[in-house]
Amino acid sequence: MTAVVPPPAATVDAVARNRVRRSVRRRLVITVLAVLVAAAFVVTLMVGRTFYPLDEVVRVVLGERVPGASFTVGRLRLPRGVLALVAGLAFGLAGVTFQTMLRNPLASPDVIGITSGAGAAAVFGIVILSLGGTAVSTVAVAAALGVALVIYLLSFRGGVAGTRLILIGIGVGAMLNSVTSYVLTRAGQWDYQEALRWLTGSLNGATWEAVAPALVALLVLGPVLLGQSRNLSALQLGDDTAAALGVRVERTRLIAIVCAVGVIAFATAACGPIAFVSFLAGPIAARIVGPNGSLLVPAALVGALLVLVADLVGQFALDTRYPVGVITGVLGAPYLIYLIIRTNRAGGSL
Amino acid sequence: MTATHSLAAEELTLAYGERLVIEGLDLVVPAGSITAIVGANACGKSTLLRSMSRLLSPRAGRVLLDGKAVHRMPAKELARTLGLLPQSPIAPEGITVADLVGRGRHPYQGVFSRWSREDDAAVAAALEATQTTTLADRAVDELSGGQRQRVWIAMALAQQTDLLLLDEPTTFLDVAHQVEVLDLLTDLNRTRGTTIVMVLHDLNLAARYADHLVALAAGQIHAAGTPAQVLTEDCVRAVFGLDSRVIEDPTSGAPLMLPLGRHHVDTPAEVSPRG
Ligand SMILES: Nc1ncnc2c1ncn2[C@@H]1O[C@H](COP(=O)(O)OP(=O)(O)O)[C@@H](O)[C@H]1O
Ligand SMILES: [Mg+2]
Repeated sequence: MTAVVPPPAATVDAVARNRVRRSVRRRLVITVLAVLVAAAFVVTLMVGRTFYPLDEVVRVVLGERVPGASFTVGRLRLPRGVLALVAGLAFGLAGVTFQTMLRNPLASPDVIGITSGAGAAAVFGIVILSLGGTAVSTVAVAAALGVALVIYLLSFRGGVAGTRLILIGIGVGAMLNSVTSYVLTRAGQWDYQEALRWLTGSLNGATWEAVAPALVALLVLGPVLLGQSRNLSALQLGDDTAAALGVRVERTRLIAIVCAVGVIAFATAACGPIAFVSFLAGPIAARIVGPNGSLLVPAALVGALLVLVADLVGQFALDTRYPVGVITGVLGAPYLIYLIIRTNRAGGSL
Repeated sequence: MTATHSLAAEELTLAYGERLVIEGLDLVVPAGSITAIVGANACGKSTLLRSMSRLLSPRAGRVLLDGKAVHRMPAKELARTLGLLPQSPIAPEGITVADLVGRGRHPYQGVFSRWSREDDAAVAAALEATQTTTLADRAVDELSGGQRQRVWIAMALAQQTDLLLLDEPTTFLDVAHQVEVLDLLTDLNRTRGTTIVMVLHDLNLAARYADHLVALAAGQIHAAGTPAQVLTEDCVRAVFGLDSRVIEDPTSGAPLMLPLGRHHVDTPAEVSPRG
């Protein structure tokens, strides 16, 4: 279509300025978040029973041999820090993907039972089937995909209705959590700390073998998900509008679900279902970024920051050491209650 | 330009699961003109529109755009020629007018492509045409119903399609805003030659603003043609089950339908509507 009357240049300039302003805000937020994540990551490597200064930590990370630091930082703290980073990014990314796709902040994978599925499968694999390493990840991923499919089918009645999906998901999640608890009671030789990993998530005792699958999954599936960000943004306008804009709705949804479930299941197999990170990251990112474009990257960074900071708080800020999931759980639960109350007040049907 | 695009349905059958909604329907949309589709609630107007923009695959038959089946066309290519404003689009919380209208540029952008001056110009033109330029920074959910509808139309305009389908663009608007939206669509049709297909509930506004009127009933086209040919007392009775008087609209010459209920008229209807 050729516009008969070209728009006034002043309006075009105003539109361009408006757009630039929005993207500047978004880029600024992303940059600040990235810096904060990097800082929290470095602090995680520095502090502990022994304090190592910044320069020693950096040298270890760059592969130099530093007496003392090489073992403590390189072997103990680095896997833990990387796992925190990877898991946080994965939980944040997957959470906001689901929330965007289903147009509901309650629809994050940890609220609708997908994370619980991965956790229950992982603990079942370890305790009952005596699996390890990749086998645990595989079982967790299969279970998470299975749970996603079951929830989808149970709530599908000529189109997926958001509220029904969420309620069914919460029910399925509760069921799977009780599976986890039951399996843990059978595992007498485990200590309380280890049990907590599978109930709320923990980074304790992270090893490279545990971290590697989660890292690879994030590096492979994360970019695929980011490639869908424009399509996901269009889905926010409703399926029909998105389709009219040239989005292949079902294909986008399938790719998004598989990738989001994939990253979150691999991360859960490594550190358990760190409570509420998926659920919190998106809304926090939305608050900071404002309605200025895709939330995928900001939410991933917020997720990483949440996990890194919560782990630092859990380890060092309180009288006892708490696993990271206890801290994020304390943050997330009130927000969940707030959200449910707000939905009720707004006259929502939930 | 527009006149070269033809849109037609051939023996179209549409269904949701077991439920047949449209059966063997043939429809030709006259290029470069305004077509209005009218019909009773739940008779399949939205379903037909959704299928014409390939949101719903036909059970049988085809929708042809320039002789090609729309369901075989690449999604983005189709979206550059044919736009659809659905009956109830969703505005994400807090989204600004400029952002929403910019979403109309989706079919022109790839994963890695950046915004171009052309995209900005298309958004600007859409804002100007709908007189929403001054609203650009406002949040869509704070606007009045009429403003919001203009913004959605602006989004569809930013898509720069030669064909534009609109599902009940005037529902929920007061009469002044209804007229405003229809005038805007007429401007668009007259200045750019955009082919417009819209579902309307108000028969009299449909008769006045449409060049071509299509009355849908029982999954079939009951009548199609100029408003004077289609909007008759017999047609209103057949399509809506309503007795009426049709006179000439003294302000436009189009047919004007006056419903006859059981009360408040000199010659009341013998049966109640849908009786
Ligand atoms: N997604 C759907 N799934 C199942 N049935 C539907 C769906 N959408 C519409 N229908 C049914 O198809 C029929 C036609 O609907 P629709 O095209 O929306 O009617 P109209 O727009 O004319 O009011 C209605 O009976 C409606 O209940
Ligand atoms: Mg309808």
